[in-house]
Amino acid sequence: MSDISFVRTEMLPQKDPPASAVGVVGWMRANLFSGWFNSILTLVALYFVIQLLMGLFHWAWVPTWSAASLPECRDIFEQLGRTGHNAGACWGVIAERWPQLLFGFYPNGTEEGTVDQRWRPILAFVLLAVALAPILYSDRVSGKLIYFSGAYPFIMPWLLWGGTIWTPVAVALGFVVGFVVYKWLLKSTSELIALIVGVVSAVLWWMFAASLLSSGLASIMPLALEPVQSRAFGGFMLSITIGVVAIGLSLPIGIVLALGRQSDLLIVKTLCVCFIEFIRGVPLITLLFVASTLLNIFMPPGTNFDIIMRVFIMVTLFASAYMAEVIRGGLAALPTGQYEGADSLGLNYWQAQRLIIMPQALKISIPGIVSTFIGVFKDTTLVSVIGLFDPLNLTNAIRADADWNGLVWELYGFIAFLFFVFCFGMSRYSMYLERKLQTGHR
Amino acid sequence: MSTLSDPPKQSFRLSMLIYDTRYRSATIQVVAMIGFLILVGWVISNTVQNLTDLGKEPSFSFLSEPAGYDINQRLLDYDNQDSHMRAALIGLLNTLLVAFLGCITATVLGVIIGVLRLSSNWLVARLMTVYVEMFRNVPVLLWIVFIMAIMIETLPAPSAFRGDNSDAAMHVMDSVALTNRGVYVPEPLFHNSLGNVSVFGDAAVRFDISLDLIAFLIVLGGSLFVSTKIRQWADAKQESTGLRPTIWHIRAAVVLLPSVLLLLVLGFHLGYPELKGFNFQGGTHMRNSLIALWLALSLYTAAFIAEIVRSGILAISQGQTEAAAALGLRPKRIMNLVILPQALRVIIPPLISNYLNLTKNSSLAIAVGYMDLTGTLMGITMNQTGRELETVMLGMLVYLTISLLISSFMNWYNNRVKLVER
Amino acid sequence: MNNSVFFGALTVAGLAAGAAAAGTLDDVKARDQLNCGVSTGLVGFSAPNANGEWEGFDIAVCRAVAAAVLGDPNKVEYVPTTGKTRFTALASGEIDMLARNTTWTFSRDVDLKFEFAGVNYYDGQGFMIPKELGVSSAKELDFATVCIQTGTTTELNLADFFRANNITYEPVPIETNAEARQQYLANACDVYTTDASGLAATRATFDDPGNHVILPEIISKEPLGPLVRHGDNEWGDVVRWTLNALVGAEELGITSANLAEKAAGTENPEINRLLGTEGNLGEMLGLDADWAQNALSAGGNYGEIFAKNIGEDTPVGLARGLNAQWTDGGLLYAPPFR
Repeated sequence: MSDISFVRTEMLPQKDPPASAVGVVGWMRANLFSGWFNSILTLVALYFVIQLLMGLFHWAWVPTWSAASLPECRDIFEQLGRTGHNAGACWGVIAERWPQLLFGFYPNGTEEGTVDQRWRPILAFVLLAVALAPILYSDRVSGKLIYFSGAYPFIMPWLLWGGTIWTPVAVALGFVVGFVVYKWLLKSTSELIALIVGVVSAVLWWMFAASLLSSGLASIMPLALEPVQSRAFGGFMLSITIGVVAIGLSLPIGIVLALGRQSDLLIVKTLCVCFIEFIRGVPLITLLFVASTLLNIFMPPGTNFDIIMRVFIMVTLFASAYMAEVIRGGLAALPTGQYEGADSLGLNYWQAQRLIIMPQALKISIPGIVSTFIGVFKDTTLVSVIGLFDPLNLTNAIRADADWNGLVWELYGFIAFLFFVFCFGMSRYSMYLERKLQTGHR
Repeated sequence: MSTLSDPPKQSFRLSMLIYDTRYRSATIQVVAMIGFLILVGWVISNTVQNLTDLGKEPSFSFLSEPAGYDINQRLLDYDNQDSHMRAALIGLLNTLLVAFLGCITATVLGVIIGVLRLSSNWLVARLMTVYVEMFRNVPVLLWIVFIMAIMIETLPAPSAFRGDNSDAAMHVMDSVALTNRGVYVPEPLFHNSLGNVSVFGDAAVRFDISLDLIAFLIVLGGSLFVSTKIRQWADAKQESTGLRPTIWHIRAAVVLLPSVLLLLVLGFHLGYPELKGFNFQGGTHMRNSLIALWLALSLYTAAFIAEIVRSGILAISQGQTEAAAALGLRPKRIMNLVILPQALRVIIPPLISNYLNLTKNSSLAIAVGYMDLTGTLMGITMNQTGRELETVMLGMLVYLTISLLISSFMNWYNNRVKLVER
Repeated sequence: MNNSVFFGALTVAGLAAGAAAAGTLDDVKARDQLNCGVSTGLVGFSAPNANGEWEGFDIAVCRAVAAAVLGDPNKVEYVPTTGKTRFTALASGEIDMLARNTTWTFSRDVDLKFEFAGVNYYDGQGFMIPKELGVSSAKELDFATVCIQTGTTTELNLADFFRANNITYEPVPIETNAEARQQYLANACDVYTTDASGLAATRATFDDPGNHVILPEIISKEPLGPLVRHGDNEWGDVVRWTLNALVGAEELGITSANLAEKAAGTENPEINRLLGTEGNLGEMLGLDADWAQNALSAGGNYGEIFAKNIGEDTPVGLARGLNAQWTDGGLLYAPPFR
């Protein structure tokens, strides 16, 4: 009797799940074909994607990279037995014009007596990454690099526009002068007076001493780069320059505006709110019209900024209004305890801002700043409306060339692709930053 | 400033303006105000000086001069002998038209895409992600010219519709023509039309009101009112007896019958577009500049709205869904009664700013030749009259007004939603 | 503080405010560079090539003026302007002269305060239409869709023409020539209207130029020429007489081939005066004696410039027509150099 009883003493080995629930099939059942509605949706989407990709591939996969003109492309299509208006892509235009789409008319050494200067914008943008490193990767790079970040705003214009190195040095010295005066006065008088006198002395330095100093030093020891007119800027280089300059300059203006908007001083607050709401209430294109037609009228008679400078000014004002809102968001996100803590330490307003509030608020705002940058960068295409050669307007200039007259998709596609790569990369990066920074406060 | 006029009598010293916190804020404000006034004065004096040098006195008299140019897309009647003012008004209406259409389409698309991005279908969710990233990361101006190019290059020209064996055919029972000059759709016409009423006579802001439309709206409004009354009656009945009378067919009849009857009386029929001479004639012509701008703005803004909707839905905690399910609500009702009302609170503020962006971006119309405010007032009018200062200032003012109106309306709506919430 | 940062940056760029109080001629000499406003791209008239060098008929005028004033035709900064920005750019002093097929009209001369230095191309607004439509006169264009370039006199002429003939049309405003070409070729408009030279330049780039006709009606007079600011007569004279030198040289038979030979001195006293071997015309203009030689060496005389950029052997393929010398039945007539 007892022999027939059976008690299992060890565990059964785990069975594989049914084939329909694991692997590719299981995944597909769970994610693509769960229910009739989803199945239809999947099939429709699949059909759509395949059609699109096939069409694109058919159009794009053509051996036209070496064609020198549109008629040559047409010959190639004819040999391939393709006809019709959109028989295929004519990539020759990209092969021939991509340096122009990237650098505009920056001296490339083809004109007699000139050298290829395009290393300068490249170096400037590489150095930008270096200068940003101590801010973005403070944990991984040496803290000393922050001095380079401080110097970068003076190095970049020198690299891009050229001229003697003493001009940026003289301008930088203005800040030193202002700071020294401020520190010195701080011993004997109040902070406000010291600040005002410091600013005034720096401005006086720039107005009178700076140009004397730089021209004097330049005559002794030139150390100059070939000057490049800002008109030569074009293509993606122009877009990036406008974006970087506008964001860089709008940061301090934005901080001031955000603080003004948050302050208890009624008049200051009203002025800041009016400015921010005005700029945010009108389209950028009207501000660019102001740059192209009105800004010179607003300046003293005889003043004449060139159009790119005027665009810099207007885009900077535009970006600062948005920047102010981003930073205001950062300020609002700080717990009140931080303000109260600063107060309890006996710090005054500016000390509290400098030591406690701003470092944290700016850190929180970095993703917002990056998305403002992406927005401004995309908006730089609007300068084509006032005749600057951004990538979009360059397509018009290229199509005005008899060789490439009649091209549409290749150029738009190339530009869209580059914009996508830039902006997508940056937005992913800002999402990464957001995750990295989230540990601090929530 | 009042603090300046009544200082404490005995011990006020000038240095207190800086050292005493009671006065310092006033000092800073006065300094800021003076600085601002100096800046404004400086700019104005420069402007006056420059304009005098150029011999152009600021004046708005050009607005009443004949414009001299034609505008293809217009909601009100206009010809080239009308004033610049009228041309600007036509442009403004075009701006509002595309902004209005764009906001609606972008919202619908954005909500669909945002919900689909959360779909359990892997392929669809990925596709929607691709869509969102594609549109968000390429400038809207590029999308506008791109869509315009697609319309021009891929749709058939009107001449392709000619003949019996034509290359192209009209759609929807030969009533809609998709051409590369735009889309022609049937227009409503009336045999016994009541006519129009002109308002403001000959002024620049004159316009006509169709009495047919007014009559239709009155009838529709009346029947909707009655229909609401019926629903209230049914609600009351349900409250008191617990049984809800079947009313949907009564309500449908109340809404539809009077309107249909009115249309019959007025002799409603559709005017179909027909190929005559160079172009289709009859019907309503939606120009491809309008369509390209509308589509591009909607698709672009929809990508942003999708993200807002998605994060709005994700922001509602899972517990809400579970609690609602525990109460016995069905999934559809959970979405409608629990999730969406809460998500709306998160969604609406950024939605407002996207509507504003769309309206402002509509000024890019200039790239495809859509005659909006930028194209008329700040475009051709500015060119022909050479009045840069006046036209740009006026244009900015109008855009600013539109923006402020939209944001104040939306804020009011936002507050209302919040109140209903709590 | 922030403003000063900005002005600091401007100083760095070396582009800060330069007083334009002195005459334009002195400014140009001091700057050693001519700022010349051009159009953003029209085949044959002004367009940048792959190396970013500007080429075209309008560009040649800029080069000639730069050569006359500075002795080097390459010392030109080309400032691309749109129909919208061109006049402000000139009025504000951003450019010294505008050489961008701009029509000389009363209001631009008098009301907008500009001075036209002459006419370098006599043009008129015309219509281009595909042959297959079988239209032979612009008056048959009732209900047609017409592409026009905005920001020009074109749209006003067009409105006037259709109103005068009591026919209706559908205007499609377009910013640039490249887009207009695209729309016209895709049949998104039946007719393209702009200056006849622009039509010919555009038609030249078609695959099948023979299938498109330019209608006989020329509905406007469009004398195109370079212009400068009102009130600076010295500079206006320089531009005017440089243009006249180009035109006059063709009449006098001076070409870039025989320029050196003629400059050595000839029998013809007018040639001698023009080329500076006799008299002091250059000095009167405030330029070197060999100003005209320099201007001519930049690209040859008017006829050579025309032939090289837009003449019958180029893709644009324009006949001289009204732009022939007066001796050949055209309108070009340079005042005497004396």
